[in-house]
Amino acid sequence: MNSLILLTSSRIVLPVAMLFSVYVLLRGHNEPGGGFVGGLIAAAGIAVHSLPRGRSALLRLLKVSPKTLIGAGLALALLSGLPGLLLAEPYLKHQWAFPGGLPLSTTLIFDIGVYLSVVGAVLTFLAYYLEE
Amino acid sequence: MEPVFALAFGVLVAASTYLIMSRNVLRIVLGLLVLGNAANLSIFLAGRMGTRTPPLVPEGATTLVGGANPLPQALILTAIVISFALIAFTVILFESAHRRFGTLDTEALRDAEPKPGPKPAPAAAAAPVAGDVPAAETVR
Amino acid sequence: MNAHLLLSLPIIWPLLGVALCCMLWSRPRAQRITSLVVSAGLLLSSLALLAATWDGTVLATQFGGWAAPFGISFVGDMLSAAMVVITGLMAVAVGIYGLAGDAEAREAAFYHPLYQGLLLGVTGAFLTGDIFNLYVWFEVMLISSFGLLALGGTREQLDAGVKYVTLNLVATTLFLICVAFLYGLTGSLNMADLARILPTIDNQGLVTTIAVLFLVAFGSKAAVFPLFFWLPASYHTASAPIVAIFAALLTKVGVYAILRSFTLIFDLSLGFTAPVIGIVAALTMVTGVLGAAAHFDVRKILSFHIISQIGYMLLGIAVATPLAIGGAILYVIHHIIVKANLFLLAGVINRAGGSFELKEVGGLYKTLPWLGVLFLVPALSLAGLPPLSGFWSKFVVVKASLDAGHALLAATALAVGVLTLYSMLKIWNEAFWKAAPAASTAATERWLADTGTRRAMLTPIIILAAITMTIGVVAEPFIAFSLRAGEQLLDKSAYVEAVLGPGPQRSAEWQP
Repeated sequence: MNSLILLTSSRIVLPVAMLFSVYVLLRGHNEPGGGFVGGLIAAAGIAVHSLPRGRSALLRLLKVSPKTLIGAGLALALLSGLPGLLLAEPYLKHQWAFPGGLPLSTTLIFDIGVYLSVVGAVLTFLAYYLEE
Repeated sequence: MEPVFALAFGVLVAASTYLIMSRNVLRIVLGLLVLGNAANLSIFLAGRMGTRTPPLVPEGATTLVGGANPLPQALILTAIVISFALIAFTVILFESAHRRFGTLDTEALRDAEPKPGPKPAPAAAAAPVAGDVPAAETVR
Repeated sequence: MNAHLLLSLPIIWPLLGVALCCMLWSRPRAQRITSLVVSAGLLLSSLALLAATWDGTVLATQFGGWAAPFGISFVGDMLSAAMVVITGLMAVAVGIYGLAGDAEAREAAFYHPLYQGLLLGVTGAFLTGDIFNLYVWFEVMLISSFGLLALGGTREQLDAGVKYVTLNLVATTLFLICVAFLYGLTGSLNMADLARILPTIDNQGLVTTIAVLFLVAFGSKAAVFPLFFWLPASYHTASAPIVAIFAALLTKVGVYAILRSFTLIFDLSLGFTAPVIGIVAALTMVTGVLGAAAHFDVRKILSFHIISQIGYMLLGIAVATPLAIGGAILYVIHHIIVKANLFLLAGVINRAGGSFELKEVGGLYKTLPWLGVLFLVPALSLAGLPPLSGFWSKFVVVKASLDAGHALLAATALAVGVLTLYSMLKIWNEAFWKAAPAASTAATERWLADTGTRRAMLTPIIILAAITMTIGVVAEPFIAFSLRAGEQLLDKSAYVEAVLGPGPQRSAEWQP
């Protein structure tokens, strides 16, 4: 897909999409949003960026294979449940801490895991079908 | 409203049954898609149709008063994601079957269960076409 | 160890396997080690779970800490624990077997992540106490099995994949629709909560209707009589370790789901559920064994025998006395071990004899006498000859049906046993006894030259055969365990109490 318009506009779309996806990811706990949607937005941004540039550009942009991203996401989601087990509570029972009023929790780790898995899964599909 | 939706569910199931029984794989995948949506509609119906108010706890309150049933929404969301993934896989599988066999007719897909008899219909159909076999052909 | 840990670990191990194998996608050797290590972890943690539930305790945990009828419950009773142990055993055995032969080609095609994904779906389905969650685990299992079946992408496999995918998708969607109906009727999805609510429903006719719909949905997963067509159309196209793990676990998840839902949620005495299951069981046994008699490909014969053996398990469920349910459980345990072993042996016959097609193999007993003996152990056990595991499981099921006055069903079961023996002897005669064709001799020489492959393929076979012998010779503890597990299934109070707590319970019913 050798379109000049897409090539130029995707330079702006990519950072905006990434920023917006992180925003959606972080607001997800109490408001609509979350890791899944955030991941889809990020994947869409990356897809727009790599459609005119081809598969090798996608892999250069990511630095790692999208398959690795799926694995890393799953591993993070899995790890986020372990603190609950260590405290003799059910698996995935999320733990919270408020250092200086900043709400930190293991749910955020879970959501980041979902985010990475979604980005990885979509881009794995995309990489198969991208032109070189 | 419920009878209308129940009727719509019935129509969707009937339509998908018709499509799935077709010999054309493209219609089959459309039928599976419609059946998935019928299932989602049935979950939605099972949660009862009530108010349209979103089930959100208002600012300052601690309990939810009124609002639509949130559970079917969560279930449908899960079911949609799953059926999306499965249908995506199905489309890719059917597409590669189409590319390999050159047909959309399920009756012509007989490689796994060849018709009994001394000779398999046209001999060329059973033998892999040259250049058609990836390295993975040797997996078994 | 507490209940939370015991019930979570069998899920965490395979999930860890999927995650790590995905991350190591470009390094097959590291994937192998990871896959084997997490499979061993699954086996060990499931043994711990079995030890904790051995005395009849029912363990329960709530994932995420959300209280019982609302959150997702995970429950371990004797049946679940036993099934998870068998899954762990299969994971290790087939995992070792998968190291041999064409492992590199499989591994390049994402074998390990999918294999662990399959195990994840299966263990999840065995442990969950929530009917919608069961649907989700079914789908996890299904998507992994789709990937494994299509691995390699030959023409045969694509053809098989189209049928497998279509029929299984229809079945799981029907399952989802059933879940919706059940939710509409009761307002709950928690199985223990459902067990409590359903008897209080006025419209019992509707409950029976939903029960039969569930039977259809689970029945097509379990490959029972009119719904089995996806199985013989697809199984024989996958490579040997993949078809072994399919044969061991996939249909048995369907049987487990029938067993669980028709003891805990629905009542077998309701309407004509039990007679229907009985007729289906008989027809399943007969069609399966006749289908097997007609074929000459080892894998096709064995695939049809999966179907016929499912009939025996259903027979136990249909008779529904404590003895019969216990017999069905023993049958499932015995069958998983034996059937997986037979498919592993089919892979060896293909390697050492050069083909899965019986007409092209021969003379293996002359060159590999021990292989012949190893084959006879699971083969005769499948047919139900003493002193092997199949004898005792058949004995219990048949005795239970005779006690309950189902002489016709018992006679069918015995006749099918004889026909099973015929099929097994057919494989023996063709592959081991008759004179070897030239191509077969050449393959045998290659097999003898490759020590590494031989070791990897034969180790799991020997272990599984030893277990079959052990169940046969020291049958008492296994039978006693199965009978206690059956009694525990029929008395739902312990299960309900473990999940919802004692006393009057909150209902999940949603009030607008």
